[in-house]
Amino acid sequence: MPSNPAKLKIIWLQGITCNGNTHSFLNDPSLGRLLESVEFIHHPLLACTLNLSELVEHLPASDILIIEGSYKADFERAYRRMDSVLPALAAKAEHIVSLGSCASFGGIFKEADPERISGIVFDREKALGPLAEMMPKVITLSGCPVHPKWLTFVIDMIRAGKAISVDEFRRPKELYAYLVHNGCLRNEYFEWKVDSDRFGTKEGCLFYAQGCQAPFTHGSCNKILWNEVSSKTRSGTPCFGCTEPSFPKRELFSTKTYMSIPAEVPLGVPKRSYLALTGAAKSFHIKRLEERLIDDNA
Amino acid sequence: MARLSKEERKISIMTKALELFSTEGFYQTTMPSIAEKIGMSVGNLYNYFTSKEMLAKDLILYIANILGEEIRKINESPLSTKEKIDAIVHMYFKIAQERPETIEYFLRVYLSNREVFQNCCEGMICVSAFVTELMIFFEEGVRCGDLRDQDFFSAFGLFMGYLGGMVFLNGEKILPKSLESYELSISDNIYHALKSR
Repeated sequence: MPSNPAKLKIIWLQGITCNGNTHSFLNDPSLGRLLESVEFIHHPLLACTLNLSELVEHLPASDILIIEGSYKADFERAYRRMDSVLPALAAKAEHIVSLGSCASFGGIFKEADPERISGIVFDREKALGPLAEMMPKVITLSGCPVHPKWLTFVIDMIRAGKAISVDEFRRPKELYAYLVHNGCLRNEYFEWKVDSDRFGTKEGCLFYAQGCQAPFTHGSCNKILWNEVSSKTRSGTPCFGCTEPSFPKRELFSTKTYMSIPAEVPLGVPKRSYLALTGAAKSFHIKRLEERLIDDNA
Repeated sequence: MARLSKEERKISIMTKALELFSTEGFYQTTMPSIAEKIGMSVGNLYNYFTSKEMLAKDLILYIANILGEEIRKINESPLSTKEKIDAIVHMYFKIAQERPETIEYFLRVYLSNREVFQNCCEGMICVSAFVTELMIFFEEGVRCGDLRDQDFFSAFGLFMGYLGGMVFLNGEKILPKSLESYELSISDNIYHALKSR
């Protein structure tokens, strides 16, 4: 790497979005360091070279094109349709980052118009988006929102000229090979099938009743902690499965069951094996796991 | 005749012990009486099972595996949910008729002497093979819309409690007709009680 490398030129363009990923990005404690090594040609909030009108007029080349938000062909940015802006910017970009579940798979906004709204490469799990043919240069960072460090990781890898190993949805394996379940502090409760009967407590597993999707959701939320301190499951809220193409599902705070049996079992585990193991684990009562960890009344 | 392997010999002992346990009860059956029935020394019997409790535990595992394997075949067949209920009822009553000692052991030894099993067969551990297959049957029945979603044990109790009760009545010679003559009405009753409305 050169001793004083040129700053990476980044365009951050928003489609149909709630700005969640923009705000998440601003929470990265290393943002100051990052801003010294990149130049935003356009960003919705940060200082940049071109405003939105100038961006859609000039359609400049970039090292990284970051797209935040769902795609809809006739959605306009500065009075230009996305189907004229996005492919032109994408063609001139060295790398493309699909930032957030809306840009990646359609996300929550797809619910409003499922036939016409999609991600930029994937429409849910199918590669039918407008940039499907450019897939080899796209990195998918799904999440609602994306952890700021996941984006920083990708920008750092691109700046260092390193290849990023990806899964079938172009998500970096370094970030998405894990399940959200990995690193969850409630794993011991999961092992012994001790349920949590409410939200916000330190004790119990949220998988059996509270809707937690961590055992079949890819992401490193419990490895790279949010705000460097916590995660949904650590704070007592179920994982909503926001990194998966199936997001959002319905009834996120309750586990779908059929005759008391979870409709989805941990990823890759045969249902029969899971049920046999569950039945065995439920046969034991571990007093320590049924008590409060910190009992103020003790 | 080829010499039996240790595992085959164990099954042979278990088969004989099953007959004794299911007719005499757990406490009336002793290791010497089992050894006598098999025609082996008591000392040798202990080479296969370290205690009567361990033998009792292996027997319930053995029976749960037999029943579980039968239900697994039904679960993996292309039958409809109603036809699967018919098949499970038929299978259960057939085993109760042809190998009454298995169901009798389940009802009269395992369920009636829980204190014997509490240190080695907590909860459903020893009947896991059987219960797991019923879980799969119920889960798939609800998933495909045939059965009503409800608590697993409510449905489990209705299904297996019913079958166990009928086999018990049959064993007590209370039923006026043969067990198999009730198959159709019982499976109809179970289906109507469990089906989605």
